[in-house]
Amino acid sequence: MTVAALKDVEVDYDRGRALGPVSLEIGAGETLALVGPSGCGKSTALRLLAGLEAPTRGTVTRAAGRGETAVVFQAPTLAPWLSARANVALPLELAGTSKTQAYERADAALASVGLSGAEAARPAQLSGGMAMRVSLARALVTEPRLLLLDEPFAALDEITRRGLADDVLRLWASSKPAIVFVTHNVEEAVYMASRVVVMTRGPGRIAADFAVAGPMPRPAQFRTEAAFRATAEQVSAALAEGIAA
Amino acid sequence: MSRLAPFALLALLLAAWEIACRAMQVPAYFLPPPSSVAVALADNLPTLVAASWRTLATALVALVLASLVAQALAILTALSPLADRAIRPLASVVQVTPVVAIAPLVLIWAGIDHPERALVTLAVLVAFFPIFSGAVAGLRSADPDLERLFALYGAGRWQRVVRLRLPSAVPFLLEGHKVGAGLALIGAVVAEFGAGSGGVRGLAWQILDAGNKLQTARMIAALVVLGAMGVALHALLEAVERAGLKWWRGR
Repeated sequence: MTVAALKDVEVDYDRGRALGPVSLEIGAGETLALVGPSGCGKSTALRLLAGLEAPTRGTVTRAAGRGETAVVFQAPTLAPWLSARANVALPLELAGTSKTQAYERADAALASVGLSGAEAARPAQLSGGMAMRVSLARALVTEPRLLLLDEPFAALDEITRRGLADDVLRLWASSKPAIVFVTHNVEEAVYMASRVVVMTRGPGRIAADFAVAGPMPRPAQFRTEAAFRATAEQVSAALAEGIAA
Repeated sequence: MSRLAPFALLALLLAAWEIACRAMQVPAYFLPPPSSVAVALADNLPTLVAASWRTLATALVALVLASLVAQALAILTALSPLADRAIRPLASVVQVTPVVAIAPLVLIWAGIDHPERALVTLAVLVAFFPIFSGAVAGLRSADPDLERLFALYGAGRWQRVVRLRLPSAVPFLLEGHKVGAGLALIGAVVAEFGAGSGGVRGLAWQILDAGNKLQTARMIAALVVLGAMGVALHALLEAVERAGLKWWRGR
């Protein structure tokens, strides 16, 4: 089953074609990584899937409706005047859920990302990794069918990144939303995704589409396995080829 | 030590002033020595305090009214692009028109019976702009990614203003009110000068009245009180701004 799809989509900006033509189908429960150099249109593709931007030509279909799609941006994007709990409850409250119920579900979502006890904290009191977890909890609280992550861990250190990658996969295992995430880190892409799509720029197009074998969530030693290394090398090669072309 | 520097300089200047007045036998109506000003201040303290209160009350009422009008109009500009295009140029006209130039007209409208209304109106006109432009800038300052999230979650226009743009504007509103309060006080004093007559006996009237009677020491004493009031108001608003920002950021 398809959760969202781009069909012959093109996006033009003032300075010319930014993306396309691109066709991409996202299956239910799939974790898909979009990798590519800066300016290849991967963030644009993500915004199209979110419905935050309309294509110049082509069609975007989304089986997941409003309230079933969630986005996590590169920065935590939290409201500084709200507590962690109120930030996470916001999507529910905007959809008309009562405050008590929204706060209850927010607390549960915060607990699921390991932030029990930080409910009343303001974003300014949280570390970068914790703030990102709050952002993730806010995305998960609506129990989305499609979760879009735009370079979500780019600003974090390696240890925090890896911890968050495992958290995302663990959370994915419980409700199995389709996940599309943008990254330019090949290892992260192969680790987190069951499918890696390589994009090239000028204008942005899909250069290669790899399936990643192996169990989900990933076992602890996955990064050292031969299959992981082999896929990572294939993706890197496709990326290098795309940049050279 | 460095905190005492301004007081040391002030003491030095006052001493120089005192010595110069005595040594050169400057006439008291021209420039009285600080000691005479101190005596005038002590003698007229109850009158001066009462007058300061009248001026301050005018400024505070004007600040509240300016705050309400400015924020309401700013929210209107945030809700409707048409309102934005209509209101902003007119707001600039209010800003660039000197208050002393409008004073006679407003005094005619408010009538001889209600000079205090004219003073408040004039102070509102001066305090309005910094609050309005702060609010307009603040309402546009929301994180664009948060705006996208609100769009994604299907928030309506009103929800966006109340739950995103207004809270995002808080630091700008605090700054705008700080500047606006200072201007409201200046506006109240200037309006009193514009009104001229003794309808509302505020600090500016004290200065005018003392001037007419060539009581120069009393004039300077009133100026000293005005300055002290301005400094106190500014310090208070700085504290309010700091506390407000701390509450907004949560630390």
